[in-house]
Parts: sequence; C-alpha cells; structure tokens
Amino acid sequence: MLATKAIADDLAGAAPIKGRSLWADARARFFRNKAAVAGLFVLVCVAAFALFGPLIATWNYEDIDWTVLGNVAEAGRPSLENGHWFGTDALGRDLFARTAQGTQVSLMVGIVGALISVIVGTFYGAVAGYFGGRIDGVMMRVVDVLMSIPYMFVLILLLVVFGRSMLMLFIGIGLVSWLDMARIARGQTLTLRNKEFVEAAVATGVGPFTIIRRHIVPNLLGVVIVYATLLVPSMIIYESFISFLGLGVQEPLTSWGALINDGAAEMNNGTLWMLLVPLFFFVITLFGFFFVGDGLRDALDPKDR
Amino acid sequence: MSAPLLDVDNVSVIFNVTRQGAWPWTPPGKLQAVKDATIALEPGKTLGLVGESGSGKSTLARAIVGTVQASAGRVLWRGEDLRAMSPARQRAHGRHVQMIFQDPLAALNPRMTVGQVVAEPLTTHYPDLSKSEVRERVGQMMERVGLLPALVNRYPHEFSGGQCQRIGIARALITEPELVVCDEPVSALDVSVQAQVVNLLQDLQRERDLSLLFIAHDLSVVRHISHKIAVMYLGRIVESAAAADLIANPRHPYTRALIASVPIPSPKAERARHRPVLEGELPSPLAPPSGCVFRTRCPIVRPACAERVPPVEHVGPDQVVACPYHGQDAEAESSTA
Repeated sequence: MLATKAIADDLAGAAPIKGRSLWADARARFFRNKAAVAGLFVLVCVAAFALFGPLIATWNYEDIDWTVLGNVAEAGRPSLENGHWFGTDALGRDLFARTAQGTQVSLMVGIVGALISVIVGTFYGAVAGYFGGRIDGVMMRVVDVLMSIPYMFVLILLLVVFGRSMLMLFIGIGLVSWLDMARIARGQTLTLRNKEFVEAAVATGVGPFTIIRRHIVPNLLGVVIVYATLLVPSMIIYESFISFLGLGVQEPLTSWGALINDGAAEMNNGTLWMLLVPLFFFVITLFGFFFVGDGLRDALDPKDR
Repeated sequence: MSAPLLDVDNVSVIFNVTRQGAWPWTPPGKLQAVKDATIALEPGKTLGLVGESGSGKSTLARAIVGTVQASAGRVLWRGEDLRAMSPARQRAHGRHVQMIFQDPLAALNPRMTVGQVVAEPLTTHYPDLSKSEVRERVGQMMERVGLLPALVNRYPHEFSGGQCQRIGIARALITEPELVVCDEPVSALDVSVQAQVVNLLQDLQRERDLSLLFIAHDLSVVRHISHKIAVMYLGRIVESAAAADLIANPRHPYTRALIASVPIPSPKAERARHRPVLEGELPSPLAPPSGCVFRTRCPIVRPACAERVPPVEHVGPDQVVACPYHGQDAEAESSTA
C-alpha cells in the first residue's frame, strides 16, 4: 500500500509527458511509405538543383557562346569539355544554367499558386462553411461565378493587356487557384461544424473567428495539405502551357514550359537534348509531387483518427 | 425555498426542416423539438431530465446553454433573460454555465493537447491570466478529476472513454461555473466507469455548491444523482417531481411505463412483476398527435385526449403532471394487479 502510494506520488510529481500528436503519427506513417519518401527525395534534389545549379554552372543563363553559334547541332552537344553539361540551346546559351533558372521560375509559380490557394481558399471556405446560411450562399455563388469564367482566357487577356511579367503571372494564377480549395474547405467545415468539440467551444463562449482559427482550420489542414501538394504540379503545368503559348515569362528569363517549347521547335534539327533535358526535370518533378501527395493522403487519412 | 438559479419559462424550440427535393419556395416543415417546457433549478441542486431518444432533452439543454435559440418563452438566469442579451454578453455568460457532452472523445478537439483543451475556457474568460497561473490551475483541475497533471501534453486519442469524460468535466469546471449541463454524460461509458463519473460529479457538486442539469435516458442513473426529476415526451414535460416521489409514486402513464422498464437486478423479481410495456414508436415531431401527444401509446387513453392538450396540474407540494386521468388509472391498475 505504501509502495503504491509512493509510486503514485512519484507519477504525480513527474515532469509533463510529451504526447504523440496526430501530426507526429502522420509523419511516422509518411516516412514508412517508400514511394512517398522517394518522391520527396526527388523533389529535394530538384529544389537543390534550382538553388545551387546557377552557382556551379560555368556559363551564365543569358550569355551566348559564340563559338558554338553557327554549329549548334555539332558543337552545342552536351559535353564536359566546353562546360555545356546539358548542351546549349538554339542560340548557343548554356542549357544547364537555363534549366536551373527555368526550374526556379516553375517551382516558384507552383509554390506561390499553392500558397495563395491554401491561405485564401482555406480561410474563405472555412468562413463560408462555419457561418452557413445566407453568408455561405453568397460566398459560394461568388466562387461559382469566378469558376464559370474560362481561366485560361482570363489569364491570356491579363498578360496581353497588362504586359507579360512575373507579377501578372502570379496575379493570374492567384485569381483562380483558390477556388477549388475554397469549395473543399467549405465542405469539410460543414461536417466539422457539427462536431461536439466545436459546440463545446461555442457553449464556452469562444468567439467565432477564434473557433475557426483554433478548431476548424487545424482539423482542415490534413485535407488541405494533400490537395495543395497535388495543386503544385497543376500550377506548373498551367504555367508551362502559358509559356508554351509564348505568353509566360519574358526572355532571357525562362521556365520549363518555355524551354520545352524551344526544344520542340528544334526537334527536327538533330538537337533532341534541348527537348529532353527540361522535359526530364518537368516529368520527375510532377511524379515527385504526385507520390508525395499520395503518401500524405495515406498518412493523414481521417479514418485513422 | 431559495430563489431559482435558472428559470426556464414556457420555452419552445422549433426547427425549420426543408424536405429533400422540395422546391425552394415551399414552406419548410416545422419540427417542434421542445414545446412549452417549464423547469426551475435551485443552486446546489440536481435536476434530472429523462425521456426516450428524440424527446427533446438535448435540445432543451442546448436552449439553456444558448447554442440553440428558443423560438418562444424565456430562459432566465438569476432573473435575466438570456435571449435579450447581446452576443458578447451571451459569450461572457458562458463562464457561469458549462456543458458536458455525451460522446467524450468527439467533444475534444483531436488537434489540441489535453492541457490546451482544459485551459480553453479559462483563457477565453480570463485573458489576463499569466501562463504559469493557467498551467497551475489546469494541473489542479486535472488532479481534482482524477487525472495525472503530467498528462497535459497528451492528445485526446491517447485516453480511454472514461478519462476523456474526466477531461470534459475538467474543462467544464475550470471557470468555476454555477450550473453544469450534463448531456447524457455517462451513456457512452461502460457501467463501472459510469459509476465513477457519476460519483465524481456528485463529489464536485458538494464541494462547489454546483447546480447540475443531468440528462439521461436511464432512470436508474438519474434517480441516483437527482434531487428533482422531469420527464419529457415528444418535447413536452409530462411530469416533474422530487426524485423520491416520482419513483415511488409516478402519476403520468408515461412515467409509469418508464419506471417499469428499469430492469430489477434479480431474475425472480423481474419475472414476477407486472410490466406495462409501451407499444409503438415515438410519433414524428414534424406531425405530433393532436391533444395529448402521448395518446397514441397511452394505456389509459380516452376519446377526449385527442381534443385538448392536457393542462398541467399541481398534484403534490412539488409535483406537476400533464394528465387529467392520472388518479383513476392508479386505482384501476392496483385492483387488477
């Protein structure tokens, strides 16, 4: 009896025990998923390439190597001797440096688009879903109207009217990327709103925006993160398509879409590396994001709650 | 008799129900969840609220807590009408009235640690408290409800149902409320844990002079904890009386059926006793029967029951019944038994 008392006192006096949060559990599950970890590794490599590629490249992305200019098919091949590790493009510019620079732009577009959608879309959807009723009706009809406008058309108009610039590209992508997220967040909020822990907070007297911030959004985040990782590649594809049309980033800046476009134009001249190099990065990045998204979805599966 | 802490005066709650596939302009159905409920709660006392599923117990509780708006009637807190309060004032009122929920795990945010969950009411109503004070009071509260204070950084899914309910109780009591509404706090727990939780509630009540509104569909639990019991059927309070009186001398035919349905833990006595079994289902609250709502299942129904709503009758010092034939019935049954 005395011994158990001592043990109980011991326990009561013990330092707070660290609990395993649902996030920690999800992290453990994610790292058990081999394909997802491989995808993450690929993404880290691509990001490292975008960050450090320009530093180790022997050429600048906008300088023309005049020695290869007239004879790109022969002298502009990928080789270690002249420093053009991925070869040159049709104008004799170093493809390694240009791919690294294009990777920066494409990743940035993807991540900015996903960030806008996560921040704006989640908050908008959570507010609409939480308040419900007429506010919900009006807010979601606005989303419906914006969605019914063909976004590619709007983006092309924006770029034509206001001129081609990175800022315009981000604005155009930001305008459309949050719409789907708002719908998803709203749907999830509708089910969360009726949970008893939300009711407990209401009964306690917590204000509505605090409830959204403290109780709704953290519980939405699982779904939102999964969707955001799947949204990044679609933003990249989106930007690539715009660049492929020739409306994206401006020369001498480039992006994957622009590089693939240039490479495709030279396909018949025996300089296939111009197409394959950017295409390779494009494809492995998309696969990486899809695998990571899949892994996150399995790891954050709400059924495990 | 001391002044009531809470006075629920003729409260009705009506929900608008839009039928699936209806036109947008068709008027919504009216679901009468609570109709003309009148109850009063004194400081330090427990009022038990019983009735089968769908009888409006939880809705009445939510009207008292304020998460559901009453459509008619008044909820008076120390004489002040809750419905007349501004939203901010209503939120501040949450300090005095707290709630304990049926599903202990669902009532805790899965993304928050137990310490954060318990501290939430405190930080909401007393934002000036320092972190160390909050931590100290959360620790004390955890200890009081029988949990180790060292567990504050754990997450709800790491606890059992009974422990989760203790966390819920700790959260409800940390602001030292005067009234705690317990919405079937033990029906999701197994029997041994039920007893622990009920005893904990009783201890806390004695310690802090707490009023409890205790909702359950299980009369044996309610009888154990309550001073007064009100019986609900289809949104109406059909009988209310002091706990001992209600059990010993039930007047309303529905109360009698409820009490008869409580099993006696002895097979012999159980087989020997006469049990009037209620037949049929609870009528739809969208289209309640005319007159007395219980008439479709009542063993002593008369033709007149369909015509008028039975008036509430004071039969004892503290006992009210909404059935004009309660007396005759008692004699009839004792002669046949």
